[in-house]
Amino acid sequence: MTQLDTPSGPDVALLRRPARVRLAWLLVVVAVLVAVMLASVAFGSRIVGFDDITAAFGGANDTLDQAAVVKRIPRTILAVLVGAALGLSGAVMQGVTRNPLADPGILGVNMGAMLAIAVAMTTIGLSTATQYIWVAIAGAAVATVFVYGVGSLGRGGATPLKIALAGAATSAALASLVVAVVLPRGDVAENFQSWQVGGVGGASWESIGNVLPFLIAGLVICLLCARPLNSLALGDDLAAGLGERVALIRATAALGAVVLCGAATAIAGPIAFVGLIVPHMCRLLVGLDHRWLLPFATLTGAVLLTFADVIGRVVNRPDEIEAGIITALIGAPFFISIVRRQKVREL
Amino acid sequence: MSTTTLEAVTRGRVRRNRRRHTVLTALGIAVAAIFAVSLMVGQTFYPPGDVLRVILGETVPGASFTVGELRLPRAVLALVTGLCFGIGGVTFQTMLRNPLASPDIIGISSAAGAAAAFAIIVLSLDETGVSIFAIVAALGVALLIYLLSFKDGVAGTRLVLIGIGIAAMLNSATSYILNQAGQWDLQAATRWLNGSLNGSTWDETVPVLLALLVFGPILLAQARNLTMLQLGDDTAAALGTRLERTRLVSIVAAVGLIAFATSATGPIAFVAFLAGPIAARLVGPGGSLLIPSALVGSLLVLVADFIGQFAFDTRFPVGVITGVLGAPYLIFLLVRTNRAGGSL
Repeated sequence: MTQLDTPSGPDVALLRRPARVRLAWLLVVVAVLVAVMLASVAFGSRIVGFDDITAAFGGANDTLDQAAVVKRIPRTILAVLVGAALGLSGAVMQGVTRNPLADPGILGVNMGAMLAIAVAMTTIGLSTATQYIWVAIAGAAVATVFVYGVGSLGRGGATPLKIALAGAATSAALASLVVAVVLPRGDVAENFQSWQVGGVGGASWESIGNVLPFLIAGLVICLLCARPLNSLALGDDLAAGLGERVALIRATAALGAVVLCGAATAIAGPIAFVGLIVPHMCRLLVGLDHRWLLPFATLTGAVLLTFADVIGRVVNRPDEIEAGIITALIGAPFFISIVRRQKVREL
Repeated sequence: MSTTTLEAVTRGRVRRNRRRHTVLTALGIAVAAIFAVSLMVGQTFYPPGDVLRVILGETVPGASFTVGELRLPRAVLALVTGLCFGIGGVTFQTMLRNPLASPDIIGISSAAGAAAAFAIIVLSLDETGVSIFAIVAALGVALLIYLLSFKDGVAGTRLVLIGIGIAAMLNSATSYILNQAGQWDLQAATRWLNGSLNGSTWDETVPVLLALLVFGPILLAQARNLTMLQLGDDTAAALGTRLERTRLVSIVAAVGLIAFATSATGPIAFVAFLAGPIAARLVGPGGSLLIPSALVGSLLVLVADFIGQFAFDTRFPVGVITGVLGAPYLIFLLVRTNRAGGSL
């Protein structure tokens, strides 16, 4: 394995960076996460003083400024949770499909969850958040299977190009259907903005409580798959030769990823590109070993979405920009640079 | 031997020509029919005589307003934007030899839509200003996509993927613009993200009509060269096509059509993408696809708008209908090309 530790080209990440480097990055990422969480509580469309922040943490809710800070706390927690879920599910999807362009947004999984919620709300009148989450996960699962099925037809199996195109086509189809389903229902359509642009603005402790069990379940499933995913990275045949049950690993890991991004979409709407960027960054930091990559992707995803949310609140006071818009503006150039790096034949 | 070969070739050509003419006539009649129907049918039905008198400028009580001010601009705008999207889309698809490289997939329509939304909502420009703004932005984005996908030559697949990324970014920008202006509502959002003909007026229709009259003939003059480009750059050059000139002229003219149409209606989903492949199916191999695609495009927009207005309890914007119809076709196209092992 030692010769694999040396990169064979400028773009190849190390299999695993030295333990010292990994631990150092871990500390850095945790520190950055704490910093953006503090920033997320401290900065917003309303400028508040330091005293109000500390008072609000102490439970005070007397002045407008303190009330604003109190509202920012669940929002920050939600951004951390959703970002972590998307980052992790992106890393797992890229591992399962061995596809550098895999991302819940690009693969159309988010829109699958959206459409399922839209249909459930308008036809059978689901109203409780727990029900949404089940429906969203089911929708996300159907979309995943469909996109992967379409993308892996024909010669060469599931190439990045075919998967990305199938995902984009499916997303477009589902987005049209969401509009068609939502439009006749004025009561549902009022929330349309969050249906089309994801964001964490509407956070509450109650909604976080509803989604938390699903996120924890998804997290556990995904992290348990870390070791088998390493074998899968060697190719299906080699992984089978190493004694892994390839189909079972695929299905389990994909289930974990779908639960994570279905639940995240149910609560925050479709947020694209977090799951795309984060694993690529983490591979540069810690290398290709999934046992390190997956926890890192979780932390970095939380950092990225919280950061995007803070940026969206600060750049254009007093208006807010939804976090989903910011991640798309950061993420699309990143997507383009990955496409440019691939050789045409590999697409 | 040689005479029989010649006869076979001639027969084939005659047969293809006959098919082409039949299809073109049928499409023309279909477009005219649905155009007439959309003028007559609505909340109140007006007989063809009344409609004709309104068009000729006579004053007919009731019909003059409903047909002359509401239905006629809407139907004309549907017809004209359909023609624009059809020609513009097939020009890109032919030039890049890839059905997925249509302007609405690779982000050029999104660019025009985002620019138009910005010009109208934030800058409050008039129709001419909006169109110019949209065409400049769309040309800029077309150039950007071309440059970004340039790496040892332009590969079609890379261009399509980069275009998809650009489109995602521009759609976010559109959402942002709508958000900023505090004008986020369903109507505005669907107009600038999916395309809608609601509230069409002559002020919006006339610039699109003028753009079609200017850019349409330019593209038709390039029809022969575009067909040559399908054979591959080297072959086309050997047959005497001036590659760079053809490409430049075609891109500018096609982007012009798309941008003017988009600034009036928003990027009507999938019309530019669908028109070319459907037209190719109908007329069969050989010959230019520009005119058939234009007719298919306007047939799509007219029919989809009619369905959207009257087929359901809710009035759906035209872009939602074309999106729901077009997206399955996009997936079907992917499935078929993947199965055949083609390289798209």
